[in-house]
Amino acid sequence: MKTCLTAIISSLMIFSPMAYADKWSDQFPHIKATGDIPGDCSYEKMSKKNYKGKTLKINTHAIPVMGEPTALHAEQFEKLTGAKVEVTHTPAGDLYSKAMVPFQAGQAPYDVVFGFSNFINDWKRYLAPVPKKYMNSPEMKDVTKSHMGVSSWDGTMYQYPVDGDRHYLKYRKDVIDNPEMQKKYKADTGNELRVPRTWKEYAQMAKYFNDWDWDGDGEKEYGSAEVMKKDDLMFAAFFSRSVAYAKNPRTPGGFFFDLETMKPNINNPGFVEALTDWVEATKYVPPGGTNFGLGDEIGSFGGGQTLFSFSWDDAFIAAMQDDSPIKNKVGAAPLPGADRVWNRVSNSWENQYNQAPYIVWGWAVGVAKKSKVKDMAFDYLCFFSNGANHQADLAIGRFGVNPFKNSDFDPNIYINSMGWDPEIANSYTQTLLDMEKSNNRVFPLRVPGVFEFTSAVATGTSKALAGQLSPQEALDEVAKEWEAIVSRVGKKAVQDAYAVGVKMEDNKL
Amino acid sequence: MNFKHKYFFLFPGLFVLIGILIFPIIFVVRLSLSGWNSYNPGLDYIGLENYIRLFTDDPRFWESFFRLSFLSVTTVILQYVIGFALAHMVWKDIKFKRFFRVLFLVPMMTTPVIMTVIWRTFFHESLGPVNDLLSVFGVAPKWLTDPVIAKFTVIIVEVWQWTPFMFLLLLAGLLSLPKEPFLAAAIDGASPIRKFIYVTFPLMAPISIGAIIIRLIEASKIMDTVYVLTSGGPGTSTETSSFYIFIKGLREFQMGYAASMSFTYLIIMIISLTIIAKVLTKVLLKE
Repeated sequence: MKTCLTAIISSLMIFSPMAYADKWSDQFPHIKATGDIPGDCSYEKMSKKNYKGKTLKINTHAIPVMGEPTALHAEQFEKLTGAKVEVTHTPAGDLYSKAMVPFQAGQAPYDVVFGFSNFINDWKRYLAPVPKKYMNSPEMKDVTKSHMGVSSWDGTMYQYPVDGDRHYLKYRKDVIDNPEMQKKYKADTGNELRVPRTWKEYAQMAKYFNDWDWDGDGEKEYGSAEVMKKDDLMFAAFFSRSVAYAKNPRTPGGFFFDLETMKPNINNPGFVEALTDWVEATKYVPPGGTNFGLGDEIGSFGGGQTLFSFSWDDAFIAAMQDDSPIKNKVGAAPLPGADRVWNRVSNSWENQYNQAPYIVWGWAVGVAKKSKVKDMAFDYLCFFSNGANHQADLAIGRFGVNPFKNSDFDPNIYINSMGWDPEIANSYTQTLLDMEKSNNRVFPLRVPGVFEFTSAVATGTSKALAGQLSPQEALDEVAKEWEAIVSRVGKKAVQDAYAVGVKMEDNKL
Repeated sequence: MNFKHKYFFLFPGLFVLIGILIFPIIFVVRLSLSGWNSYNPGLDYIGLENYIRLFTDDPRFWESFFRLSFLSVTTVILQYVIGFALAHMVWKDIKFKRFFRVLFLVPMMTTPVIMTVIWRTFFHESLGPVNDLLSVFGVAPKWLTDPVIAKFTVIIVEVWQWTPFMFLLLLAGLLSLPKEPFLAAAIDGASPIRKFIYVTFPLMAPISIGAIIIRLIEASKIMDTVYVLTSGGPGTSTETSSFYIFIKGLREFQMGYAASMSFTYLIIMIISLTIIAKVLTKVLLKE
C-alpha cells in the first residue's frame, strides 16, 4: 500500500508541472521547475484559506541555511492567505535558548520555533503534537520511517518534518574514477584508488591528495573538509567517524551508553580509535581547516577545494548547483567503515568489516503549545514542505533542506529538474536509500539535557584536535563529564529517554 | 512642606534602582542556589551545591578565568600605550588634526560582532587576505587554529576595536590639562621626552587610572570577539570566563550553575578591580 502511495505521489510530482506550472509559477518563480503540485497544502489549497488580520510569529535560523526558505515561504504564505508573518532569525547556537527561556517562563513569543531534532526531549512538553489531519495527509505518509521516528517521541509527533538529515561521504568523482589518477596513485602508494571503504583508506587518499594542484586549476587542493570548529556541530562529525568503530550490530543496547548500566561508552577503544583518526585528519585539511564550521565545509568542498567531505547533504548539493565549478564531478557514498569494530560486551576488537549509517539530527520545527494560532502555524509548516516547495528547496544547497520523503529517492527528480548526471543522481539516491534500509544505524542522542552531553563531546574532542590532550585523555574527560551529567539529571530520566533511541537503533521501533 | 514628602520624590529613582540593579543581583543569587536547568525548570533550593561544584570540580572555569586575566590585562596595556600615543599625537598642532581625531574613533563606532566577522575573514587561513599577503614572505601563521597564536589574534581584534575608547578618554584628559606646568617646563628648557615623563604623564595619572579601570571592566567581559572569532578554540585556548558562563547558561541551559559562576565572577572582579585601582593609585599618584 505504502509503495503504491509513494509511486502515485512520485508520479504526480514528476508529471504535474505541465498541469500547474503556468498558474502558480508565474506568481511564485521559486517553483518554476514543477509548478504547483497537488496536495493538502499546495498553493491551490492555501490560496483558499483566509488568515487576514492574524499574525504568525516564527523564530528560525539565520539566513541562508533554513532561514532563507523560512522567510521565502512566509512571504508566499502571506500572499496566499492574507496572514501577516513575522520571521525572526537567530544564530544556530542560540535557537535552543531563544525558545527555551520563554517556554520555561510560560510564554509563547513565537508560534513556530525552529531548532534541531535532538531538542525534542527538552522541547516536547512545550510543543503541540502534530494534529491528526496532517498526520493522515498523503505528504506525511510519504515521510520515511526513520524521519517519522526522528520527529516523534514514543509515537507522538511533536516536530513537523521539513528536513531529513544524515551524514554520508562526498568525493571528487573526477579524481577517484579517473584512470590516470588511479594509475598514478597505484604506482606511488601500491594501493587502489577507489571510493574509500574504511576511514584508514580515506586518510591515505586524503593525505596523498593534500596540498597540491591535482585538478589543474592553478590552485592547491587538499584532502578533506570537515566540521572541526569547536561547538559548531563538531560533535556530529566526531560521531560520524565513530560509528564504524563503535556501532557493533552484534551488541545491541546502546551506542552512546550501555542502556542497562548507563555507563558511557564514549571512551571505549572504538571511540578512541575514531578520535585518533580525527586528530590525524588535521594534517590533511585545508589551512585553517581545524576552525571550519559547517558553512566553511560547504564552501570548501562545494567550491572544489578538497577531495573528500562528509556531513550533511549541503556540501554535495552546493557542489551540484549550476553555478558550481565541480557540477557533475562529485559522487556520494556511504560513510567509510572500519576493518575492525569494538565489542563492548566481550571487551575486545572484532576483526571484521563494519559500516554504520549515522542518521544525524537535522532541522526540526514545532508549534508552541501556548500559541493562539496553532491552525495557521501548522498550515504554514504543511505549506513549507508541500511538494512544489520541497522539490524547489532541495535543489538549493544553501537552503539546508534535504530529502526526507520516500519520493525524494527517485533519481529522476534530480536528473530532470536539476540537471544532474544520471550516474551521480543514482549513486546519491541509492546512498540515501541504503541508509534507510540499514539495520546498523545510529540515531542522534535525544535525552534530557542533550546539550550538556554534546557540549562535553565538543570540548573534549576539540582539546584533542588542538593537541591539549591525547584522544584517550580527552574521551576519559568526556566520559567523566557524562557520568556527572547523568547523575545531575537523574539516571532514570536519562535511561528512560535513551531507551527510546536505542529501540530505534536496535530496529525495534 | 512636610519633610516626609522628600521620600515621595525619591521613590521613582529608588524604584528604578531596585528594578534594574538590586533585583537582578538578588535574583541571580537566588538562582545560583537552585538547580534550574533544561529538564528541571524552577527555583528549587539546593543550597551551596553549585558553589561546591564550582570550587571543587570545575577546573575549566578557573582556567578560563586566568586566560581572561591574561587577555584583558594585555589588551588594556596595549590599548593604553597605543591610545596615549595617538592622543598625544593629535593633541599637538599637526596637519589634518581633526581628520585624524575622527579617523581614530572609527573602529569604536563599528559594530563589534560585524567587525569580528570581517576580521575572521581576514584571518581565514586558506581564503583570507592576510595570509595571502604574507605568503609573499613565505609565512602563513595559523591565526585561528594554533592555541597560542589564536590568543594573540583575539588580542589584535580587541586592541583594534577598543583603543579608540582609550584614545578618546586620554585626549579629553590631555585637552583639559593646565598650560602653566608646560610653560614652566619650556622656560626651564626641558626636552620633549623629559616634558612627557615629568609633566604630561604625572598630570594624566588620575585620568589614566580611570581610563584603565573602565577598560579593564569592559575587557573582563570579552565575549563577542571570542564567540565569533574562535568559539573559544582551538580546544579551550581562547575560552574566557564570560564565554564559559555563556556556554553553561545559554547553550547547556544550566541556569542555576551559570548563576553561581556569574555571582562568583562578580565578587572576584569587584575585589580584584578594587585592588588594581588602589595599586594604580598608589603607584601613579605617589607624588
